[in-house]
Amino acid sequence: MSVPISAYLTLAAVLFGLGTVGVLITRNIIVLFMCIELMLNAANMALIAFSRALNVMDGHVMVFLVMTVAAAEAAVGLGMIITIHRNRETINIDRFDLMKW
Amino acid sequence: MTIDAVIFVISAVVAIFGAAMMIAQRNPVASVLYLILSLIAQAVIYVQLGALFVGIMLVIVYAGAIMVLFLFVIMLLNLRGSEELGKPSGRVSRFTKYVITLLFFVELIFVIRGVALPPAPELVTNQPDAFGSVKAVSMLLFTKYLYPFQLTGVLMLIAVVGAVVIARREHPGELPDDTAAESTLAETPKEGTKA
Repeated sequence: MSVPISAYLTLAAVLFGLGTVGVLITRNIIVLFMCIELMLNAANMALIAFSRALNVMDGHVMVFLVMTVAAAEAAVGLGMIITIHRNRETINIDRFDLMKW
Repeated sequence: MTIDAVIFVISAVVAIFGAAMMIAQRNPVASVLYLILSLIAQAVIYVQLGALFVGIMLVIVYAGAIMVLFLFVIMLLNLRGSEELGKPSGRVSRFTKYVITLLFFVELIFVIRGVALPPAPELVTNQPDAFGSVKAVSMLLFTKYLYPFQLTGVLMLIAVVGAVVIARREHPGELPDDTAAESTLAETPKEGTKA
C-alpha cells in the first residue's frame, strides 16, 4: 500500500477544517447545514482510514450509523428551515438570534 | 508514483476543491452541486480504503438522497442566490474565525502526526466476504451491532414524524390550493424582523 494512512487522515482534517470555516463564516442557513454534512463526512473518512489501518470493520458499521443519523438530522433540520423561512422570510443565520445571549 | 498515489491525489484535490467552492458559492444550488462533487471524490477514496459497501452507500444515500432533499428544499423556498443576506461580519470577527479554525486544524495535524499506526495489510478483494464487502459488513451489522442498528430504525421513525410535524402548516384543515395558501400566509402574524 503506497499511500500512508496519515495522508487519508490529513485529508479528513482538511475537509473538517473547511467545514468548520463554512459553519463559522457562512450566512446562508442551507449552506451551513451542508457544511455540517461535510464535517460528518470528514469524520467518516477518518473512521474508514482507521478501519483500514487496524484491519477491523467496526468502523464501517459506525460510518453506516453516522450516515443514518446525518440523514435524520438533515430531514429534521430542513423541516425547521422551512418553518423558519415561512415565519421570518429570510435565510440569514444572523437574523435567528432570538435565543442569543 | 504508483497508481494508488495518483488516484488518491486526484480524488483529494477534487474533494477539497468541491468543499471550498461549496463555501464560496453564493447560489445554494451551486453549493449543493459542488458538495455532490466533493462527496463522489470522497467515495472514490472510501473504495480505495477497501470500504466498497460504505463508498457505494455514500453515493446512493448522500449524493443521491440527502442532497436531493436539500435541492428540494431550495426549490420549495424559491431561493435564487440573490437573497438579502445582510452585511457580512466585520473584518476582525472574520479574521478571528479563520484564526480559530487554523488553530484547530493545526491541532488536528499534530494529533495525526503523533499517531503511530501499523502498516496496513494488503487488501484481498476476490473473496465474497473480503474486507469491506457487503457480506462482511452485514455480518457485523446484524450480529455484533444488532442493537444499535435497531435503535437506528427507531431514530429514523422519530425523525420522519418530527420532520412532518415541524414542517406542516398551522391550519391543516384548509385546502392546499394557491388561494388557501396565500390566505394562510396572510393570517400568520408577522413577527418582527429583528428579534
